[in-house]
Amino acid sequence: MTMTDPTATGRFGDFGGMYVPETLIPACIELDKAFREAWTDPTFRSELDHLLTTYAGRPSPLTECANLSEELGCRILLKREDLNHTGSHKINNVLGQALLAKRMGKTRLVAETGAGQHGVATATAAALFDMECVVYMGTVDIERQKLNVFRMKLLGSEVVAAESGSQTLKDAVNEAMRYWVSAVQDTHYCLGSVMGPHPYPWMVREFHRVIGDEAREQCQALLGGAPDVVVACVGGGSNAAGIFAGFADTDAVLVGAEPAGGAAVGRAVPGIVHGSKSYLMQDEWGQVLEAESISAGLDYPGIGPEHAHLAASGRARYEPVSDAEVVEAFQLLSRTEGIIPALESAHAIAWIAKAKDEFQGKSVLINLSGRGDKDVNQMMDILQ
Amino acid sequence: MTGAIETALRARRSDGGKCLVPYLTGGLGDDWLETVMAVADAGADAIEIGVPFSDPVMDGPTIQAANDRSLEAGTTPQRILDALRDADIGVPMAVMTYANVAYRMGWERFMNELRASGVSGCILPDIPLEEADEWTQAADDAVVETVMFAAPTSPDERLPRIAERAGGFVYAVGLLGITGVRADLAASALEIAGRVKAITEKPVLVGVGVGTPAQAVEVSAVADGAVVGSAIVQRMLDGAGPEGVAELVHDFRVALDA
Ligand SMILES: Cc1ncc(COP(=O)(O)O)c(C=O)c1O
Repeated sequence: MTMTDPTATGRFGDFGGMYVPETLIPACIELDKAFREAWTDPTFRSELDHLLTTYAGRPSPLTECANLSEELGCRILLKREDLNHTGSHKINNVLGQALLAKRMGKTRLVAETGAGQHGVATATAAALFDMECVVYMGTVDIERQKLNVFRMKLLGSEVVAAESGSQTLKDAVNEAMRYWVSAVQDTHYCLGSVMGPHPYPWMVREFHRVIGDEAREQCQALLGGAPDVVVACVGGGSNAAGIFAGFADTDAVLVGAEPAGGAAVGRAVPGIVHGSKSYLMQDEWGQVLEAESISAGLDYPGIGPEHAHLAASGRARYEPVSDAEVVEAFQLLSRTEGIIPALESAHAIAWIAKAKDEFQGKSVLINLSGRGDKDVNQMMDILQ
Repeated sequence: MTGAIETALRARRSDGGKCLVPYLTGGLGDDWLETVMAVADAGADAIEIGVPFSDPVMDGPTIQAANDRSLEAGTTPQRILDALRDADIGVPMAVMTYANVAYRMGWERFMNELRASGVSGCILPDIPLEEADEWTQAADDAVVETVMFAAPTSPDERLPRIAERAGGFVYAVGLLGITGVRADLAASALEIAGRVKAITEKPVLVGVGVGTPAQAVEVSAVADGAVVGSAIVQRMLDGAGPEGVAELVHDFRVALDA
């Protein structure tokens, strides 16, 4: 199986689609058309490649972890998205979307953010391309990610508190969509994960597939083929989609690590919110539930539709990890390898630390989606 | 076959009148059902009952607050429908909610429940033409009218398809934005009303951004009438009670009849 393009209306199997108000449909159709053209246009591709190389710092290295491998009994490789400019994988998608928005003649970007990583990346691209930028962030997240709020402002963006509902990522998405409905003619919605209405889940995956494509080559050079296991944390699922895209056609076991308090696939109830049909945490009446996770970036009750499809078709498995296991993993990687991971990325480490017995002697590629600088304050409070 | 909402709106129109469709949030306050009845008596041609959803992306602060308050009070879709089933409202009704509320219950079951509760129509703002098939199939089978939206951004080629699929009326979105009262009627309201009127015989009502009797009159120079939501829901939130809300609806009626 490979991760193919969705149908013309954005379906991955039963999932996906374009469940947005009529006002936004023309914008989604326009974006689909613009992305298709750009993605097959060598000029756009080389401009983006140039930015990824000279601005974001790609390719990101593959690091073999001798100490952690010894501790866990499997061969651990890290794909170092934490070393990208702005500290996470988010920059890959944002540079792609900002370049596309510019090409479409849009003058403003609007984005949602949870941990602030996508907001910072969007603010960064807006500064680089001289565009206006508005970032919605839940009031609760503004409080727990103060440094990133300051970064966004420093970069020239406006940060607006999403005060509705649970005041976290899902509400920031609602507010960003409402803003987009009001300003759709000159504003591009720079969505931060493989979710939302078509073409976002597909487009965002394509902008992140550079992770998987690079890792495939790096593994070929190091291992002579694909690793036995590829694991990534899953909020909306963009870093996972990016790395899975490079290995879906191999025999590698693909694993998405979900926070136990936000395990949309684990609960496997389909629903429709934020533009697509996918698995969704909800009550018996379809009211969306609040996810609960130690990491703001994974505090999302849904998951991208292609992941729902990968789960339903059995190509990928999705495993829950608890906050306590994540705290352990955060320290484990810091202590053994001198790499402080983002709390989101620590979910992937936590899963292999827990599942190691199943994979003794196997090669395990972990997508280290971000670095942990933004989380050290929170961890200091937890650990002291 | 023409449903109850479209029949009522066409009757108003052929009498030379303009249509008034107020929106009320179901389950908001203990007296919401009495309020619905009072609003029917005050001159509504049809009534939209909002079934609250946790993530209403087309709604502004007023209806969001109403949603939250109603949900906190334990409102479920079933409770609203059960209450409507036992009531005699006197004018046709449509339920307005979001896709997931209907999808979770099951398209067929939800449409059948509407029908069994005496609700004639269904409005789902996050279901565009592209995703409408499953819903409209179930609605057609249950004989429920499917209100469809036309937006200021809809290109001309979409409008006939939207009108074709619409039952009850075509909901013309008055502005680029979400529900809420604005100081002035947007120019886009008259424009979209005119564009939709030009391609369909079905009733065309403008909603979103129609918040005063004067604005309803202004937009009805082109449209067949107006949907009024946030202004009315604000009254409910303010605790005006059935009479207070009906008074506002009466003001809209008088203005439209003048
Ligand atoms: C470092 C990092 N990893 C992962 C995520 C989760 O997003 P996704 O599931 O789309 O990769 C975030 C989101 O903020 C993040 O900052």
